[in-house]
Amino acid sequence: MKKSLPLILTVVMAAWGFGSLREQPEKDIRYSEFGRLPLLFNGRLQPMDSLARNSLLQIREKQAANLEPWKEWHQGPKMIPAIQWLASVMMKPEVADAWPVFRVDHPELTALLKLPVKDEATHQDGKHYSWNQIQPSLEAMREQTSRITGREKQKLSDPSQRTSFEQAVMKLHERLILYLRLKNTLQPQDARDWPAEFKEYTDLIPAGVAAVRAQQAGEKHDAATFEKFLGLLQKFDAMARFEPPLLLPPPAREGHPHAEWMRVGEVLLEGARGEAIPDSVRAYAAISGAFRQGDAAEFNRQVVRYRLSLAPDFGPAVVKAAREHFFNRLEPFYKAMVIYVLAFLLACGFWFNLSDGLRRSAVWLVVLAFVIHTGGLIFRMWLEGRPPVTNLYSSAIFIGWGACALGLVLEGFWKNSIGVVISSAVGFLTLIIAHHLSLAGDTMEMMRAVLDTNFWLATHVVVVTLGYASTFVAGFLAIVYIVMGVFTPNLTRPMSRDGAAHGELGKSLAKMVYGIVCFATLFSFVGTVLGGIWADQSWGRFWGWDPKENGALIIVLWNALVLHLRWGGIVRERGLITCAVVGNIVTSWSWFGVNMLGIGLHSYGFLDAAFMWLMLFIASQLALIALSSLPLKNWRSFRTEAKAT
Amino acid sequence: MKLVWKLLTSLRLTVVLLALGIVLVFVGTVAQADEGLYTAQTRYFKHWFVFGLSFFGQRVPLPLPGGYLLGTALLINLLAAHIQRFQWTWKKIGIHLTHTGVIVLLVGQLTTDLSSRETMLRFAEGETKNYSESARDYELVFTSDVGDGREEVVSIPERRLRNGGEIKTASLPFTVRIKNFWANSDPSFRAPMQENAPPLTTNGLARYFDFRPSPEAKAMDERNIPSALIEMTTVTGSLGEWVVSDWAGETGLAASVSNNFARQLGEQMAGRIAGRLAEPQSIRVGGKEFSFTIRPERTYRDFSLTLLNFTHARYLGTDIPKDFRSRVRLENPQTREHREVEIYMNTPLRYQGETFYQASFDQLDPRVSILQIVRNPGWLTPYAGCIIVAAGLLTQFLMHLIGFISKRRTA
Repeated sequence: MKKSLPLILTVVMAAWGFGSLREQPEKDIRYSEFGRLPLLFNGRLQPMDSLARNSLLQIREKQAANLEPWKEWHQGPKMIPAIQWLASVMMKPEVADAWPVFRVDHPELTALLKLPVKDEATHQDGKHYSWNQIQPSLEAMREQTSRITGREKQKLSDPSQRTSFEQAVMKLHERLILYLRLKNTLQPQDARDWPAEFKEYTDLIPAGVAAVRAQQAGEKHDAATFEKFLGLLQKFDAMARFEPPLLLPPPAREGHPHAEWMRVGEVLLEGARGEAIPDSVRAYAAISGAFRQGDAAEFNRQVVRYRLSLAPDFGPAVVKAAREHFFNRLEPFYKAMVIYVLAFLLACGFWFNLSDGLRRSAVWLVVLAFVIHTGGLIFRMWLEGRPPVTNLYSSAIFIGWGACALGLVLEGFWKNSIGVVISSAVGFLTLIIAHHLSLAGDTMEMMRAVLDTNFWLATHVVVVTLGYASTFVAGFLAIVYIVMGVFTPNLTRPMSRDGAAHGELGKSLAKMVYGIVCFATLFSFVGTVLGGIWADQSWGRFWGWDPKENGALIIVLWNALVLHLRWGGIVRERGLITCAVVGNIVTSWSWFGVNMLGIGLHSYGFLDAAFMWLMLFIASQLALIALSSLPLKNWRSFRTEAKAT
Repeated sequence: MKLVWKLLTSLRLTVVLLALGIVLVFVGTVAQADEGLYTAQTRYFKHWFVFGLSFFGQRVPLPLPGGYLLGTALLINLLAAHIQRFQWTWKKIGIHLTHTGVIVLLVGQLTTDLSSRETMLRFAEGETKNYSESARDYELVFTSDVGDGREEVVSIPERRLRNGGEIKTASLPFTVRIKNFWANSDPSFRAPMQENAPPLTTNGLARYFDFRPSPEAKAMDERNIPSALIEMTTVTGSLGEWVVSDWAGETGLAASVSNNFARQLGEQMAGRIAGRLAEPQSIRVGGKEFSFTIRPERTYRDFSLTLLNFTHARYLGTDIPKDFRSRVRLENPQTREHREVEIYMNTPLRYQGETFYQASFDQLDPRVSILQIVRNPGWLTPYAGCIIVAAGLLTQFLMHLIGFISKRRTA
């Protein structure tokens, strides 16, 4: 049993990790087929499924909708996937309007909107509300948002000065707008029988146009037709004004005014100007009709038919959407994160009972997680056609990846479980951070013009990020040193069980930290200067003292300082270790802290919740520094040494 | 003396300087949120000393060595240490290379700082310009016609205006007295039939507009728009008081004012109001007409650029800029050059020691392109410095690593 533990664990986790390679068959309505349909949103081509997940992430902060949030998880609340939620929002809004998907957790905001408090009896969890619950208070919302934006427009205030209440208002405002955009994507939000209404409109066009012309010319016209036609046009105009996702592919034929993807509302309006209404509108109307009637067979048939009809002219779009859909289903980073946690626990277990089976299990699991992590990273790069780091989200993924690789190399050298602990801990933490960053919306957003250069993204950004990753690895090694030294006698023992040849664990750890700080210096220096050269290339100044540049510079200066302290003999083993923990603070500051200042060219926007976590992290590091400055007699490792001699 | 030399060459000094550097960069970055990007950068990094810090909204009355001081001290420390301890051995080649690279970078940045100049060139499609304008500094200019289509321009730089007082110059037949100067100002229209305060003066611009001081610009994308109340005098007496303003000196600003009024008053009325703002002001002295205004400081060139075409693409269905580029005709009568170039993001034009970047565009007018022009003789030093340091660090660390691994092997 002991011998086969690593193998069994790895196989089980691999089966789970790769399980979603095969799609779960859907009995009834095949939502996954619907989820593969391509559309254009956020300036990029994506499958319906990505729109669903990213929208739900923004609205509910989760990738799935919980329809019974008042139940505890063990009571089995009804969960539905994002795509099912989106299909209902688009085609059966009166059902979706009753689902409690809007997360509102600011007490002043729930009070303003007169939302019910937590009460299991009435099925309220006090955090999630439906459109129907919020809708009566929209006027109160509007009052608040126009006050806030009005003041900011007059420069009396700016977004960085919003109170937490104002932030909550604006966040909910954005969520509501997004919801309305989704509702107006496929059909007007109040349509009850869209195929019939659509047919009525297309049939009415000739008579309606004639009536409008006659009315304008002051001639006799059919008032009823005129009113009805104008009413429909106003409805479609309102639909287009929400700027919903661009659902319809460009018409394949030449000479059409659009060479780009289009919105349903705009196309319907153009129908009145004599433009042919493309078949895609009709196809979506048929899908919507079948969905509303709950006719699963017809719905599935219509979706597949529409997708096949796209294939000849929009082959690449269909394929790209399907690929991204596949990627969404795999959830590689989530799977890797779970496996990292398991590996971390096993690796820590090794230190307590020193069974090499645990260590080897942990190593195998980290390798498995690393393979999934790498696969996800490469798949993402392939989907985007970009180097690995394009935004804060992907920097988190990449830092985790780099740190994990480095940890595995260390484990290969020392085989004492320290490398695995580093790999799994940093891997897990960075993926958690990435998950929270993904709440901000689409993580594959298009690059702004100035950043739109794969060369610099591949050089400057990757090298700087590797600098972050290696500084973190040095810092986490130092944490291992401190925790082990203060609480266990291990530091003065040989480093692994295959003999004393490697010397003491503590000395080896310090050497490891030193070596990694050296490479962190190299990466952060080269990366920072490359960034300066990019800046010189794109706007003519090598160094502008921009916050993000300064953050990177602080890391370089810090690493240089540590190396000089060490070379000058001003610090020795423990001093170096303490410095490496300070490196964690410095790196986390320039990774996140500078973004929170909200100034300069590199700022990525709001990260208020992250600020608290950053402060907590820094506090924990300060505590570790305090721990490491305890006199040697309080270190268990060195106390035993004193006794032994 | 020996003690000083010992101090200059000591590693402890390096450590102290690096630590102070970290503190300075950190404080200088955080201060940008309070003091504004530009002010903080100048105050912390481009001075020898900083007196009084701002830290997360708090004012801390402490001094700190500035960027210039730390950079210079590091440079001296580095040079001195090398003179003192330089040994030519293969083992040390990595360290030597690294430090040489750092010296190149420091020296390069110092020269850049002292010699680089940034200006902006803003033009609409079809417009030709042979000058660029400062993004930050202004001038008060007096322009007079000297015949055959040529003009004489007398310029008084902004910092002279800030000092106030009287300005006498041989090129002008009168004295200019700065009665009031606002580094940043807002105009407000003196609408007829409304209760207005008495005008700043009864001449020219001031009859239609009041100007109020407003807080100096902090953010990266904001700038000051100065105004001043001036009086011209000759020996025979005053020629009157006038309000001069950059609001009147730039067509783009007049357009934005017009845009503001358009919503309330309609296009036509708004246009007329903005027209009042742009009306030239002048005085006659000794048979010569002098027109005057405040405008961004200009730098003239021997060649001209004409904007042929400006395209600005956004990602479909979003406001995210995808690409902006200017097609420009470059004409230089001296070299008889006459060619078209394209300037876009990450692809500047380098010409006659200057670099022309696609910097921005006008929010209001899609035909207006804004180029940034930088003269920086030291622009190659970072490239060299980076390569040398990288090579040095790599050599040093690889030697460590190889030594480390071979020790493990033998052990």
